[in-house]
Amino acid sequence: MNEKIMRKKKLQLTFVFLIIIAATYLSSAVTEYNLFESVATIPAAFAWIFSNLIITQEALERLPDILEKLNETIFMSIAATTIAAVFSLFLALMGSKTTKANNILSVIARFVASLSRNIPVVAWSLILLISFGQNSVTGFLALFVATLGFLTRAFIESIDEADQKSVEALTATGATYFQIVSKAVIPQSLPQMISWILFMIETNIRSATLVGILTGTGIGYMFDLYYKNLNYNIVALITLTIVVAVIAIELISTRIRKVIL
Amino acid sequence: MPLLEVKELNKSYNSEIQVLKNIEFSVGAGEFISIIGPSGAGKSTLLRCINRMVEIETGCVFFDGKDVGAQNKKDLRRLRTNIGMIFQHYNLVPRLTVIENVLHGRFGYKSTIGGVLGLFTEEEKQRAFDLLEKLGIAEQAYKRCDQLSGGQQQRVGICRALIQEPKLILCDEPIASLDPNSSKIIMDHLKQISTELGITCIVNLHQVEVAKDYAHRISGLKQGEVVFDGASPLLSQDKIEHIYGMETRELITV
Ligand SMILES: Nc1ncnc2c1ncn2[C@@H]1O[C@H](COP(=O)(O)OP(=O)(O)OP(=O)(O)O)[C@@H](O)[C@H]1O
Ligand SMILES: [Mg+2]
Repeated sequence: MNEKIMRKKKLQLTFVFLIIIAATYLSSAVTEYNLFESVATIPAAFAWIFSNLIITQEALERLPDILEKLNETIFMSIAATTIAAVFSLFLALMGSKTTKANNILSVIARFVASLSRNIPVVAWSLILLISFGQNSVTGFLALFVATLGFLTRAFIESIDEADQKSVEALTATGATYFQIVSKAVIPQSLPQMISWILFMIETNIRSATLVGILTGTGIGYMFDLYYKNLNYNIVALITLTIVVAVIAIELISTRIRKVIL
Repeated sequence: MPLLEVKELNKSYNSEIQVLKNIEFSVGAGEFISIIGPSGAGKSTLLRCINRMVEIETGCVFFDGKDVGAQNKKDLRRLRTNIGMIFQHYNLVPRLTVIENVLHGRFGYKSTIGGVLGLFTEEEKQRAFDLLEKLGIAEQAYKRCDQLSGGQQQRVGICRALIQEPKLILCDEPIASLDPNSSKIIMDHLKQISTELGITCIVNLHQVEVAKDYAHRISGLKQGEVVFDGASPLLSQDKIEHIYGMETRELITV
């Protein structure tokens, strides 16, 4: 890279930076949000956190209950993700331009994927809440539907990236569609697909807390309950367990990724 | 009756250019024939019309007495089991092992379920190992294909074609990505297949010298037309120049 390009890059960077500052100023002016005032409240907020969010002995007694709910939430996330993954695989096979059986199914698959993907999981919870009421089925379905769209999209990309040369070779041997898909397409895209599933499990464990608050299930519901009762000690404990769980899951999936990729 | 008969074959992918124009030729059982011609002449397209990897536009291809263009899906599958295919880029599934890739050649004989579950008989597995042995890559049987050299991968490709027990093998530039040494090994194997097993071979080649060395018969394609078809020794320098055009004379010796 020569100096001219470097200088041009620097200039561009400065320009982008200025635009960001201008945009920040404009939007805070419009929303009457005062940056300095809110920064000024940060010390007070931390003081509150440290004085109230303390895990006490009393709170620790509730730990078994919390862990049970946490388990429920984790397993619900994993179940929602893996079941959605199975459906996504079929939708992706129909939707991908390299493996589609016919155009109508392909359009339908892409439409379903895009519909479920473009509505956020919180909105899905609220929509499903109306029809299914406040129970764990609603929470499960909200995660399932949002995951379905995302994974279908990701799987379509993995399938499209798979090398078409072996597909051609297997077609030439007289193999059937399902033989080709299972022996040439899937083996090539599987590592990427598993990686996406792991990513989605991580994401869903985080969203499950939020979905739980809305739909009254799992750890989210418990969080909400104690939060409304102003029992901040237990809230602190719940938050801590969630953080530990998410980090643990992340570590595990990083390990799995290393092995498969 | 010849094994393969191509009659008045025409093919175009779009209205702009006619890729194949009125192709007429026939190939007898056991022949080793090479198709040469400049890039874009339609060699790959011609080869793919034979097993209908691309649709035939007008004209007919008869293979083993059957009209290839008239077969329904199931019969086409049946017919393809009798035609092996070897590719420039080997077209193996890179993440699978050598032996798995070889066994892929049996799918045409299996039910969908049998293939998906990978239910192969002992005989089929034994045959796969025998073929790997024959091609000198038996030690690599459990290696992943992406860990093999190009020459080794092409030999796996040959095994995959042979396990189909084909009557005809179509080779689309089988040595275009290989060094001279590996190229010779591959061409020798193809020649051996044709003489020992009596399998007919049609080989697209870029190297005229190689074609002359190995093929009984050479067919020259130029802009979608057969401009030469005859025994290899009859392919004289001026015929080569006619096929490739004057200005590409130096290209031929490469
Ligand atoms: N799938 C396709 N869609 C549209 N046009 C195509 C397709 N495949 C080939 N063609 C065109 O058909 C013509 C012949 O191509 P073909 O691949 O058969 O030539 P070839 O003789 O094999 O060339 P090469 O020596 O470079 O492999 C070319 O002009 C090419 O652009
Ligand atoms: Mg070609």
